[in-house]
Amino acid sequence: VLTPLDVVLHVVVTLVAPPLLLGVINKTKAAFAGRVGPPVLQPYFDLARLFQKGSVFSTTTTWVFRAGPVVALVAALFAAQLVPYGARGAALSFAGDMILFAYLFALGRFFTVAAALDTGSAFEGMGGAREATFSCFAEPALFLGLMVLVRLTGSSSLATMFGAGLGGHWATTGASLVMVLASLVVVLLVENSRIPFDDPNTHLELTMIHEVMVLDHSGPLFGAVLYGAAIKLFVLGAVVVRLALPFETGVAVYDWAVFAAGMLGLAVAIGVVESVMARLRMRQVPSLLVGACLLSAFGIVLLAR
Amino acid sequence: VTELLVWLAIGLCAASGLLGALFPRGTAMAQRLPVALMAAGSVAGLAASMLTLAFGTRRYVHPWPVPGGELSLRLDALAAMFLIQIFLIAALGAVYGLGYWADDAHGDTARKLRSFFGLVTAGMALLVVAGNAVLFLVGWEVMALAAFFLVSTEDEDPAVRAAGMVYLFATRIGTLCLFAFFTVLHSVNGSFDLHAPPIAAGSSVATALFVLALAGFGLKAGAMPLHVWLPGAHANAPSHVSALMSGVLIKMGIYGLVRFLTWFPAPPPWWGTALLAAGAVSGVVGVLFALAQHDIKRLLAYHSVENIGIILLGLGIGLLGRTWSDDAIFVLGVGGALLHVWNHGLFKALLFLGAGSVVHATGTREIDSLGGLSKRMPYSTAGFVTGAVAICGLPPLNGFVSELLIYLALVRACAHASGTLFAAGAFGAPVLAMIGALALACFVKVIGTGFLGEPRSAAAGNAHEAGRAMLAPMAVLAAFCAAIGLAPGLFAPALDAALATFAPPAGASHALAPLASLAPFTTLSAVGVALVLAIGVGLLWGRRVRAAAPATVPTWDCGYAAPTARMQYTSSSFASGLVELFSAVLRPRGQSPSLRGPFPAPARFHSHVPEVVLDHAITPSVRLVARGLVWFRWIQRGAIQLYVLYVLAALVIALLVWR
Repeated sequence: VLTPLDVVLHVVVTLVAPPLLLGVINKTKAAFAGRVGPPVLQPYFDLARLFQKGSVFSTTTTWVFRAGPVVALVAALFAAQLVPYGARGAALSFAGDMILFAYLFALGRFFTVAAALDTGSAFEGMGGAREATFSCFAEPALFLGLMVLVRLTGSSSLATMFGAGLGGHWATTGASLVMVLASLVVVLLVENSRIPFDDPNTHLELTMIHEVMVLDHSGPLFGAVLYGAAIKLFVLGAVVVRLALPFETGVAVYDWAVFAAGMLGLAVAIGVVESVMARLRMRQVPSLLVGACLLSAFGIVLLAR
Repeated sequence: VTELLVWLAIGLCAASGLLGALFPRGTAMAQRLPVALMAAGSVAGLAASMLTLAFGTRRYVHPWPVPGGELSLRLDALAAMFLIQIFLIAALGAVYGLGYWADDAHGDTARKLRSFFGLVTAGMALLVVAGNAVLFLVGWEVMALAAFFLVSTEDEDPAVRAAGMVYLFATRIGTLCLFAFFTVLHSVNGSFDLHAPPIAAGSSVATALFVLALAGFGLKAGAMPLHVWLPGAHANAPSHVSALMSGVLIKMGIYGLVRFLTWFPAPPPWWGTALLAAGAVSGVVGVLFALAQHDIKRLLAYHSVENIGIILLGLGIGLLGRTWSDDAIFVLGVGGALLHVWNHGLFKALLFLGAGSVVHATGTREIDSLGGLSKRMPYSTAGFVTGAVAICGLPPLNGFVSELLIYLALVRACAHASGTLFAAGAFGAPVLAMIGALALACFVKVIGTGFLGEPRSAAAGNAHEAGRAMLAPMAVLAAFCAAIGLAPGLFAPALDAALATFAPPAGASHALAPLASLAPFTTLSAVGVALVLAIGVGLLWGRRVRAAAPATVPTWDCGYAAPTARMQYTSSSFASGLVELFSAVLRPRGQSPSLRGPFPAPARFHSHVPEVVLDHAITPSVRLVARGLVWFRWIQRGAIQLYVLYVLAALVIALLVWR
C-alpha cells in the first residue's frame, strides 16, 4: 500500500538521485580504462557550478532557445511522478498514464530540437534531425513493449503494469517479457543517447546527437539540460530495472533497497557497455531500432493464444 | 425557434457575399458587410447548435415540390457537433479574409471569394441538418462546387487551374458514389428520408452501402489512397479557404460516414477492420508525405490526410468494440474520433491561418526561403507553435486529449478476450505512436527552419507582423486548443450526446457510460494546469538568465569565421534521413551533382517528392481510359445548348422506360 511517506520519498528521490547515476557510469568507465576517474559526486559539483555561472547567448536565438532546456526538464520531472520506483509505486497514477508518460518526453523532445534549430547552426540542425529521426522508431518500440504488459495486466497505468504480480507474469510468460526487456533496454540507450547509439564523450560535432543539439547552451540553462537528461535516464532506467527485478518484499526498506541496488547495477551495466563497445555507424541505428520493434512484436504474438 | 435560427444562419451565410457585391468594390461596406453577415449567421447557427445540445433532437418537415424531396431538417447532437465546427471556423475565416484578401490588393477575386466562401458554409450547414437525401445532395453539391471556385480563385496560375480540375474530377466521382449510395438506400427504405434502413448489417445490401459510403465519403475526407485531390487544392487555395476546407469541409466526409454508421447496431467485424486499416495507412503514409514537402501549405495539406487517418483509427476501433458489444471501447474510440474532428478543425485552421500570415508577409510558400520569422512576426509564430504542439498530440493541448481517448480504446481492445480486438489494439497503439513521432519530426522541421534561425531570403528578412484582423482569429483558435486541452471535461457532454445518436443494439435499452467515467479528465486538467504553470515559471527564470547574460555572440560554428544564413540546416536536409529510410513509399526524385577536381564548377542540387498515387496510378490509368474513349469525342461539342438537349433527351427516354 502506498503511504504518503512513499510519495514524498518518490519526489525527493526524483530530485536528488539522478545525477548519481552519471557519476557511477563515469566511475565504471574509468575503472575499465585503468584510471581513477572523477569522484562519484562529480555531476553534482558540475551542476552546482553551472547554475552559478553567467550565460552566453547567440544573437540569433529567441525564447524558443530558452524553452528547450526548461520544457525538457519540467516534462522529465512530471513523467518521473508516473513511474513506479521498484515495488513502491508511483507518486501519481491513473488509467492511461503510460501515454502521458511517453508524450511528456515527446514534448521535451519537441522543444529541445526546436531550440537546437533556433541557433541556426548546421551542426545543431544535424543533431536535431537525428534525434527526430531515431525517435520515430523508438516510440513504436516503446509502445509495442508496453502493450505486452497491457495485455498481461489489463491496465494502462504504469504503477499497475509494473506493480505487484509482475513476478507471476515472469513465471508464466517469461519469453515475452525477456523480449520486451531487451527492446526496452535498446529504447533506454537510444533515448538517452548512450553508446552504441551516441557517445556522450565524443569531441567531434559531426558525429554527435544529443550533445550537439545543446552546443550553444551555457551556464544555468546548460545545467538544466544536464539535469533534465539525468532525470530522463533515471526514469527510463527505473522502468527497465522494475521489469528486470520484479520482486516485492512487502517491507518498504527492503523494497527501496532492491530498487537502489537495481539502479546502481544498471548504471554499472551502462558503464560496462560503454567501455567494451564502439558506437554504431549512424546508418545502422534505425536497423537496430526496427529490430527492437520486431522483438517486442514477437513478444505480443507469443501472447496470442 | 431552433428551426428559425438554422434557416437564418444558412440564409445569412449564403447571402453574405452576394449582398456585399452590391456595393462598389473597395469600399468598407463591400468588405465588411459580408463579414458582419457571416458573423451574424454564425452566431445564429451556434445558438441553434447549443439549443439542440441542451434540449435534444428536433425534426422539422415541410413539403417541397421537388420529386422525392422534402424540406426535412433533423437537428440532433451529432449534427450540432458538426454545425458548431462549421460556423466557428467559417466566421473566423471570414474575419481573417478581411486582412488577408483585401479588395485593394486582390481586385475582383476578393468579391468572388467572399461570395463563394458564404455559399460553401451554407452548403455544409444544409447537408449536416438535412433529413432527406435530396436535400443532403443539394447541400453537398453547393458545398462541392462553391469549393471548386474557391480553390481556383487565382485562376491565372496554371498550377491553380490544374489543382482545381483534379479537385473537380474527384468531387464528381465522389458525388457519383453518393448517387448510387442514396439510390440503393431508397430501394430498401422506400423513400429518400434519411433513417436507418430495415436491413441487417451483414446483408449484401448493407455491404454495398458500406463500400459506396466508404468511397463517396472517403473521397471527400481525403483518406489514402483517395486523397489525390487534397494536397493541390489546399496548397493553392487562399489560406483562409484552406483553413475552412482542411478544418471543416473534409470533415463532411467523416460526418456522412458516421451518420451512416449510426444506423447499424451490430456492424460486421470487417467494417471496423477496414476503417482501422484505412486509418493506419492514411496516418502513416500521409505524415510521411508531409515530411517530404518543401511547400508549407502542401505540407499542412498532407497532415490533413494524416489526421483523417487518426479519426478513422478511432472510428475503426470503436466500431470493433460495437461489434463485440463492448461499450467502453465503442465510447472511447468513437468519442475520441469525434473529439479529434473538432480538434483537427481547430489546430489545422490555426496552422493554415499562421501559414497564411507567413505567405502574406513574405510572398513565398517555400520553407527553405523563410527563416528568422520568430523575431519579425512574434505573435504569428506563437500561434503557429501552439498549433504545432497541438497537432503533434502533445500535452497539455487538445490534440493530446483526443489521441489519449483513442489510445485508451486501443488499450482496452488489447486486453480484450477477442483475438481480433487484441491484434487491433496491440498493433494499433504503436502505429499511432509512430504517427505521433513522425508528425513531431515534421513540425519541428517547419518551425525550426521556417520560423527560427536567420532569414534565408530577403523576403523573409523584410517580413512584417500580420494585422489585427488576421491575428485575432488565430488567438481565438489557440484559446480553444488550450481550453479543450486543459478542461476536456467541459466538452465531454457534447460528445456523450453525439454518441447517443448511435442506434442501440436490438432489445437492449441501456444507456452508454459517459465519457467522463472512462477517461481521467479531472486528473488531466490538474496535470495540464500544473504543467503550464511549471513551464511558465521556468520560462520566467530563463528570461532572468537571459537578462543577466554578460554577452551575446554569433552562434558557435566550430571556429568558422564567416557563417552565412545559407549554411543553416535546411528543411530538406532535416527530413532527408527519414525520406531516405522510407524511399520505397515516397519515391523521392532528385538530382545531386558530382563535384570533381580541386576547384569544382558551381553546381545545383534539388530534390522533390511527387504525389505518388496521382502520378503513378491515377494519371496513367485515366490517360489509358481517355485513349479508349476517343470515339465518343463527337458528343462533346462544347455548346451548352447541345448539353441541355442531351439532358432533355435522357429525361424523356428515362420517363418512357419507367412507364
